Order: sequence, then C-alpha cells, then structure tokens
Amino acid sequence: MNLWFWVIASCAAAYAIKLLGYLVPRRWMKNERMTRIAGTVTIGLLASLTVVNALGNGQALAFDARIGSLAAAAVALLLRAPFLVVVIVGAAVAAGLRLLGWG
Amino acid sequence: MSIAVATGLYGISFGALGVTSGLSVLQTMALSLLMFTGGSQFAFIGVIAGGGSGAAAGAAATLLGIRNAVYGMQLNAMFGPRGWRRFAAAHVTIDESTATASGQSDRLEQRRGFWSAGLGVFVLWNLFTAVGAFAGNAIGDPKQWGLDGAAVAAFLGLLWPRLKGREPAAIAVVCALATVLAVPFVPPGVPILVAALVAGVLGWVSHARAAADRPLEMEGLEPDLDPYAHRAHRDEGPDEASRGDSA
Repeated sequence: MNLWFWVIASCAAAYAIKLLGYLVPRRWMKNERMTRIAGTVTIGLLASLTVVNALGNGQALAFDARIGSLAAAAVALLLRAPFLVVVIVGAAVAAGLRLLGWG
Repeated sequence: MSIAVATGLYGISFGALGVTSGLSVLQTMALSLLMFTGGSQFAFIGVIAGGGSGAAAGAAATLLGIRNAVYGMQLNAMFGPRGWRRFAAAHVTIDESTATASGQSDRLEQRRGFWSAGLGVFVLWNLFTAVGAFAGNAIGDPKQWGLDGAAVAAFLGLLWPRLKGREPAAIAVVCALATVLAVPFVPPGVPILVAALVAGVLGWVSHARAAADRPLEMEGLEPDLDPYAHRAHRDEGPDEASRGDSA
C-alpha cells in the first residue's frame, strides 16, 4: 500500500511540473541557466540509472551478466539500432550469459 | 507512423520491466496513465528494481520530469492553449508531442502536431504498457529471460541520444562515477539522487563559466528543443522533429 502512495504522489508531482510550464510567466523561459540545469540533470540521472541497474545489488556492487548487457547495448547503439532492438539485445545477452553459467 | 511503432515497442518494454521491478500490474499501468512521461516512469521502476524506497523512486522520477516544465513554457509560447485545454495539454506535454509541434512552422500546424502526437502516443503508450505488464507477469523468473539486462540496455538507450558533444559525455561519466562511489554508503536509490545533485551543480557552474567566457556550447545540454531558435529561421526544414527521441 505504501508503494501505491508513492506511485500516486509521483504522478501528481509529474503533472504539477508539466502544468507549471503553462502557468509561469513567459519571461522565465529566457533563464538559460535553469534550462541548462534541466538538461544536465536529465543526463546525470540517466547515466546514474544505467550504472545502478548494471552494477547495483542493494548496497553492494556486483559484476554479473548485466555487464554483458551494457556492453552489447552500447555496441547496438553504435550501430544505430532502434530502441527495442537495443533492449532485446540487452535481454538476450544477459539470458545467454546465464545459460552459460555466468552471473 | 514511426513514432507510433516506436511508442508501442517502448511501451511493451516499460510494462514488462515495470512488473518485474516489483510493481503490480495495476501500479505499472497507473504510471503510464497518470505520470505519462516515459523517462520518469523508467526512473521510478529503475529505483524500485534496485531495492530503493518509494520516496527515492518518486524523487528520481520527479527530477527527470523537470524538462517537461521547460517544454510547457515553449509550447505555451508557441500556440498558448486556453481554458480547460491548457490542463489537458499539460498532461500530454512530453518529448514526442513537443518535438512534433516544434517541427512545424505555423501556429495551426504546431497545434495540430502537438495534439495528434500527444493523444496518439497517450493511447498507444497505455495500450502497450498493459500488454507488456501482463506479458511480464506471465513469464516467471525475469532474470532467466535477462529482463534485468534489458533494463540496463533501456537506460543506456535513453541516455545515448543526449550524448551529443564532449560536455554531455563528460557529465554522464562524472555522474556514473559519483553513483558507483555512493552505492556502498547510502541506501539504494539515493546514489541516483546524488548523481542528480552533481549534475545540477555541474550545470550551474558550467553555465557561469560559459557565460563569462564564450557563447554557450549548448549542444545536447538543452532539453532538446528550442522553438525560439526555430522561429528565427523557420525556413530551415523539419529536422527538429527528429530530435526529441524518447518520452
């Protein structure tokens, strides 16, 4: 039930942020610093989420089949594969490495 | 059309990963229906999957949603919806609808592009989230299918299009390192917020330096779109439309 609370609260926050964009005075738009920070925070969060999902195991770091997924996804992206192909490659490599007995 | 296919497939991944992260089918579907901003939704389930608290998941999702406020300001300046439409427009303000609108040059087309992309993606996104969630629920052990590896690939796929130029790449590397360093010392989920803080400080500092020094090197650092620049040279074609990559 607790998780439901955070699901709903986060949804409300997401909507409030979107609506805020329509309600704030137009001149705020000219604040380049805030625009820039919104951009750097987006990159930072995505980089961090990538690493946590690849290496995180609770409060420890683990090196398992997910490393293979990360490397394979990077290769797929370098080859300009579409998003779903990248995701499937990531899954296939992790599943395959586990079949071989690693991670 | 290509947006529709991409959205469908992306929605299936989200649905499947949502239920394997530990959310119920209903919770996963609620995120798509009510939060409706793909990056934030992935952030939420990413933190939960890593054992993080609901609070940390909410914080990460909220921070990643900040760019939607910037989009809202841009869209408001473009065609300024009024009355109840403004509240509906806010809900479908996402990467794809903003990109589609700013790819058009006149007001009417911008409005049309925004609504058709926004509503179209909304319907497909929710439909395919449901498909993915039920499928993810049915397959048994998610690790055996490599779904944790799929999540890693999905986050890298979301990050990738934003790594245009040296500075975004440097920010990504620094934040990745900050995350790794923080993991052993703070509860799960919090390292992601540490990285967000680092990124915010970097953005603040680099803005000050760039402003004092030379014109901003904004490539890849902006939340993707600048309709003002587009208006200034509105004859330069529709390539802006391809720049907002993922919800």
